[in-house]
Amino acid sequence: MAGMRYREALNAALREELARDQSVVLMGEDIGVFGGAFKVTDGLLAEFGEKRIRDTPISENTIVGIGVGAAMTGLRPVVELMTINFALLAFDQIVNHAAHIHYMFGGQVRVPLVVRMPQGAGHQLGPTHSHCLEALFLHVPGLLVAVPSTAADAKGLLKSAIREENPVIFIEHESLYGVRGEVPEGEDELVPFGLARIARAGSDVTIVGVSRMAVTAERAAETLASEHGVQAEVIDPRTLRPLDLETILVSVRKTNHCVIVEEGWPHGGVGANLAALVSEQAFDDLDAPVQRVTGADVPMPYSKPLEDIAYPHEPQIVQAALACLNRSKQSAPAGAAR
Amino acid sequence: MPDSPAPALPEPDVAREWLTTMTLIRRFEERAGEMYARAKVGGFLHLSIGEEATIVGSARALREEDYLISTYRSHGHALVRGTPPENVMAELFGRVDGCSGGRGGSMHMFDLARRFMGGYGIVGGNLPIAAGIALASDYKGTEEVTLCTFGDGASNQGTFGETLNLAALWKLPVVFMVTNNQFGMGTALRRHSAVTDLQRKGESLGVPGMRCDGMDVLDTFAVLSEAVERVRADRSPVLVEAITYRFRGHSMADPEQYRSKEEVAHWRERDPLPSFAARLIEEGVIEEDERERIDAEAIAKVDRAVEFAEASPFPAPESLYDDVYVLDPDVRGWYSAPTSEESAGRGREATPPDTSEPAANDEIPQQLTHALAAGEDGRESTGAEA
Ligand SMILES: Cc1ncc(C[n+]2csc(CCOP(=O)(O)OP(=O)(O)O)c2C)c(N)n1
Ligand SMILES: [Mg+2]
Repeated sequence: MAGMRYREALNAALREELARDQSVVLMGEDIGVFGGAFKVTDGLLAEFGEKRIRDTPISENTIVGIGVGAAMTGLRPVVELMTINFALLAFDQIVNHAAHIHYMFGGQVRVPLVVRMPQGAGHQLGPTHSHCLEALFLHVPGLLVAVPSTAADAKGLLKSAIREENPVIFIEHESLYGVRGEVPEGEDELVPFGLARIARAGSDVTIVGVSRMAVTAERAAETLASEHGVQAEVIDPRTLRPLDLETILVSVRKTNHCVIVEEGWPHGGVGANLAALVSEQAFDDLDAPVQRVTGADVPMPYSKPLEDIAYPHEPQIVQAALACLNRSKQSAPAGAAR
Repeated sequence: MPDSPAPALPEPDVAREWLTTMTLIRRFEERAGEMYARAKVGGFLHLSIGEEATIVGSARALREEDYLISTYRSHGHALVRGTPPENVMAELFGRVDGCSGGRGGSMHMFDLARRFMGGYGIVGGNLPIAAGIALASDYKGTEEVTLCTFGDGASNQGTFGETLNLAALWKLPVVFMVTNNQFGMGTALRRHSAVTDLQRKGESLGVPGMRCDGMDVLDTFAVLSEAVERVRADRSPVLVEAITYRFRGHSMADPEQYRSKEEVAHWRERDPLPSFAARLIEEGVIEEDERERIDAEAIAKVDRAVEFAEASPFPAPESLYDDVYVLDPDVRGWYSAPTSEESAGRGREATPPDTSEPAANDEIPQQLTHALAAGEDGRESTGAEA
């Protein structure tokens, strides 16, 4: 194990995969000379040279499209977009092309492309730089979506993403770049896709936290334990596609209560989708309706007090968990067997 | 149109092959239109009748290992690269033996083995992909060139500016060919582009322009050969404008109210097929009866393509989920949402991709074995014949 920041873990993953596989190429705006808008690619240009670490013009759709074409013909491009909001300019290449080419052409070619980008509120960047849009990508068959919340997952999942045969949308979180964590060493320490992480074990309520919200949910779980005597089980799905629904269902069958926390918008969100899946597949195990804690249904405002209340924090998660538990106490007939 | 004297004919065999392929494309497209009218073909159908010289003249400037990438108007591009007409027709019919396994349809032809990197339904969507293919060619140290065709209308898309700039900046071996057929759907060139001299549209992006008479296969070949070899040597892009005209509507549902019959008739006087055939007869390369034989053979080939497509099964319902993902059996949770049918397929596991050398240009229809295996009993079930 080595202690490192989330950003350094990503950098290490890129460095190791670049060294391991000559077909890995990095492209993005200011990733080379500047070292990356969030310094994730710092030092890679000096180590691997211009042929492999490529500064691009500000042309999101075309950068992703170049990645698609290069991936179709043998490279493993990793494209960095400065923030997830800018990925909207590349939606054509991501959805109509990267996601669909394998299917549309009858399986003749693959698109082993990684598109990395950070998301998230908290830095007062306003409505064009702060959103959490993982639900948009989750919606699309053909894409894989990774949302690492720890340094170890950042490294292990990025390495898996680069070795993956399908296009991967790899979503980092701006507020996590500086967070330290213990990271397993070794070039083949991968975190597989489709395997959720139980961040904290518990028996009273299941809390699923997406992206940074896995971290916030863990803190909420500590408060729930210390102040309310409630043992929450916190699950970080790590990848939304493929989704390790099984781990979530097993937990729900044990706790009979489920809270889903995400930073993105409520309508058509990750939580809406997960709540539907849990209700469809574990309805009889639920003692209360699935609770959702989401970002506010507004464009992200700039002003600090407004921004603060526009995305979830610990207290809302604590409240949601308690409400979920109370609801079942109130509605359960006395002495009813489970 | 060109000021220079008409280019000389190539070797007789080569000239014959060009005429044969142009004729095949023409007859194929005509028949595709008929099959559409008979509801054998669904969706949109964009024909390239009138553009055969542009297609053949440009593709023949390529080596076998070079890549060609095109648009939704791409039956001719598949055929010129050697995809058997059977597989192209089967794709139109939505059958398992279609060159995209019945997944793409008219707008999305594909043939990796022949380095035809696809037709794309999004106007301008193929330009960045072409640049990516060229990037990989360069990265691997090959001499390959990518020919990227798109329409006059596509030259207004953001990807045009973005990709030409990037290709010039990174010195990528792409020949961008704008097939100027005078319209983007029903909008005439002068009504959609401030600069109508399209070869100049790359100038400010560092991409030099050239122009060819896209109604003349010889001129198209001559100019594209120069462009391709220049790009191959310099590893830097050029933009070629091919001036041509589409004789038929934009798609099958086009009443053509945006142009006059006289205008179409005027362009038809320069129909690339009869004019090339006439030149070959004039110069004694072929006789009239050989021209007729070439035409009869093209018709017979298209007949066989229709027969083949009719006989090919529809994809089985169980194949619905195949190839959404390259499935890794060790990974769980690819598809979490339940479907109503328990028996519904979850997609087949991955077969290794074919990264081999370009395939020989044989005439045997490709049996897409995996699709066939999946499709045995699916034929009558979709009701698409109605
Ligand atoms: C992004 C996008 N916008 C609009 C369309 C609808 N559309 C299909 S073809 C076409 C005209 C394109 O004209 P041009 O590029 O000149 O090609 P041509 O059809 O003449 O071959 C349009 C507007 C589309 N397919 N994709
Ligand atoms: Mg046009």
